[in-house]
Amino acid sequence: MAAITLIEGVTLALARALEEDPGVIVLGEDVGVNGGVFRATAGLQQRFGEQRVLDTPLAEVMIAGMSVGMAAQGLKPVAEAQFCGFTMPMVDHLMCHAGRMRNRTRGRLSCPMVLRFPTGGGIHAPEHHSESPEALFAHMPGIRVVMPSSPGRAYGLLLAAIRDPDPVVFMEPKRIYRWQKEEVEDNGEELPLDVCFTLRDGSDITLVTWGAMIKETLQAADQLESEGVSVELIDVATLSPLDMETILESVSRTGRCVIIQEAPRHCGVAGEIAAGLADAGIWNLLAPVKRVCGYDTVMPLYRNELNYMPSVRRIVDAAHQVLEVS
Amino acid sequence: MARTVAAFKVDYFQFLNPDGQLIEGQQLPALARDFERLVTMYRQMVRTRVFDKKAIALQRTGKLGTYASCLGHEASHVAIGSAMRPEDCFAPMYREYGVQFCRGVTLTDVLLYWGGDERGSDYAHAPHDFAWSVPIATQCLHAAGAALAYKLRNEPRVAVSVVGDGGSSKGDFLEAINAGSAWKLPLVLVIVNNQWAISVPRSRQNTAATLAQKGIAGGLPSIQVDGNDLIACLWAMEKAIEAARKGHGSFVVEMLTYRISDHTTADDARRYRPNEEVEEAWAKEPVARLRSYLMDQGAWDEGQEQALLAECTAEVQQAADEYLDIVTNDPQPVTTMFDFMFAELPHDLAEQRAQAEHYQDTGGQH
Repeated sequence: MAAITLIEGVTLALARALEEDPGVIVLGEDVGVNGGVFRATAGLQQRFGEQRVLDTPLAEVMIAGMSVGMAAQGLKPVAEAQFCGFTMPMVDHLMCHAGRMRNRTRGRLSCPMVLRFPTGGGIHAPEHHSESPEALFAHMPGIRVVMPSSPGRAYGLLLAAIRDPDPVVFMEPKRIYRWQKEEVEDNGEELPLDVCFTLRDGSDITLVTWGAMIKETLQAADQLESEGVSVELIDVATLSPLDMETILESVSRTGRCVIIQEAPRHCGVAGEIAAGLADAGIWNLLAPVKRVCGYDTVMPLYRNELNYMPSVRRIVDAAHQVLEVS
Repeated sequence: MARTVAAFKVDYFQFLNPDGQLIEGQQLPALARDFERLVTMYRQMVRTRVFDKKAIALQRTGKLGTYASCLGHEASHVAIGSAMRPEDCFAPMYREYGVQFCRGVTLTDVLLYWGGDERGSDYAHAPHDFAWSVPIATQCLHAAGAALAYKLRNEPRVAVSVVGDGGSSKGDFLEAINAGSAWKLPLVLVIVNNQWAISVPRSRQNTAATLAQKGIAGGLPSIQVDGNDLIACLWAMEKAIEAARKGHGSFVVEMLTYRISDHTTADDARRYRPNEEVEEAWAKEPVARLRSYLMDQGAWDEGQEQALLAECTAEVQQAADEYLDIVTNDPQPVTTMFDFMFAELPHDLAEQRAQAEHYQDTGGQH
């Protein structure tokens, strides 16, 4: 068993899926010979051939639309969009077809495709390469949205996404692609979709986040723990559908919650979680629910990107505000 | 029995061969002998190349973000920029610095943009041109929209956009052709076919003999030229822009060139293409070709060459110094994230603006 990074967890899961299911087809721009611009598909075309790992023409609408067609006809396309900014032309096919294929044909056809792409900022990337558009996809009925935050969850959740009978948008937090190494056994075991992962048990406050913000949230949790605060930390992992049960159960014990997302605040997943707490957890809350988010602005170019993304200090300050309410 | 209802051909133009000699036996455009003009454009090509080299050096030493090189595209780019009038409109992709320098975009603007500073897209000297378009081929439709605006207002202006061989696979490009045809727009679409879309070669985009014929399919006159031959590129652009300005509709020009550099500084082309191919491309590159022609004709000499290189090197160094001075001593305050979102700042953004100011520089310090 080897210690691997998050992106290596992605590669390992793709290889496993290609091996176990001849219907799995990896496709996208530069995924073949080049092995992907982040190397997520490195070596896969050499190993599985050009029929299984396809370099496509430069055409995102084509990638998304053909994935819908392939999926509806018995294949398991695992498409890559090179960056989050380039998924926007794909929205048509996800919203108007992938998410409703099963429903509109009353189950006659389905759309078991995966669209995976790197998301988020913090790597000094050019314009349109650093956004966090998860809420856009989470707003689409019929689409699952998954974001791993560790090598093991990248492996297990991607396998589950590929095996899932419905369309999954699998967003990869590129800022932590190579942040941590973890021992991951390539045993083909998937992790469950549609559930949160509780990374740390605590009793004073619940911090809820996902993707790359796990990094700053863990650091904030460490700081709070050093002040004597007992922190429960939840990685949401599947952003749609939401596992509110785990979050509600945690908040029923802590009574306090801060939700952290890198994406803009307005109409974000954090707002959806806060609404879930207002709806079914309000009698257990001891303080207002706070959100720490990216601002409702265009993601700035790299010189200002760290001023956009939630900092450890912003998270700790929000936690203090919530903890001070008696 | 079937009868032919339509027949097509694509003409290819090349006036200067890779050795820098005029190809006789064809009608040569007058500009082939207009040495004063050719020298002006040669100077712009060299200026662009010297800039490109400096930008890569700045990136490699950690002073610039990811940068998309234009090495090898100088003839196509300078021809496009030189054929346009100031009142025309350019919608670039992201490596057409040679066009943009002709239009008044400064070297410092380009460095600021790739240096992660939005002020790089605030062109003081090209006020109505679009900023770089990273989402591939989207700019083609913006140019079509600009062209429709000029047509509706009866202004004798032309919109020009550039797309790559990869971008020609996108719907946006084909839709722009279609719009140009449907409304007879003053629009010129240039396919700068540099043979590579990151790691995917031209041959894997499709099996069409030319990309120019995509314009023909949409009903537009379309030609192909040697994109490393400044004379052919300029002749084609002048012809296309003149037709568009006279109200004859849109035009597609495919320029065959080669991306000698990596896709960007974040790419390593050695992973996917043979070095021999790059060496062959160097033998056909546009700057040496035009220099050789001009020297043969007595319109340029080694002394002028050395003086030009010194002049460009100094100018580029000055731009680099200016860029570094701006980002070091006059960085954009965090509040500028908010101040250009709307004409007037909405109240909820005003609250976030204050918050961002309060938390300025707390990110990334762990």
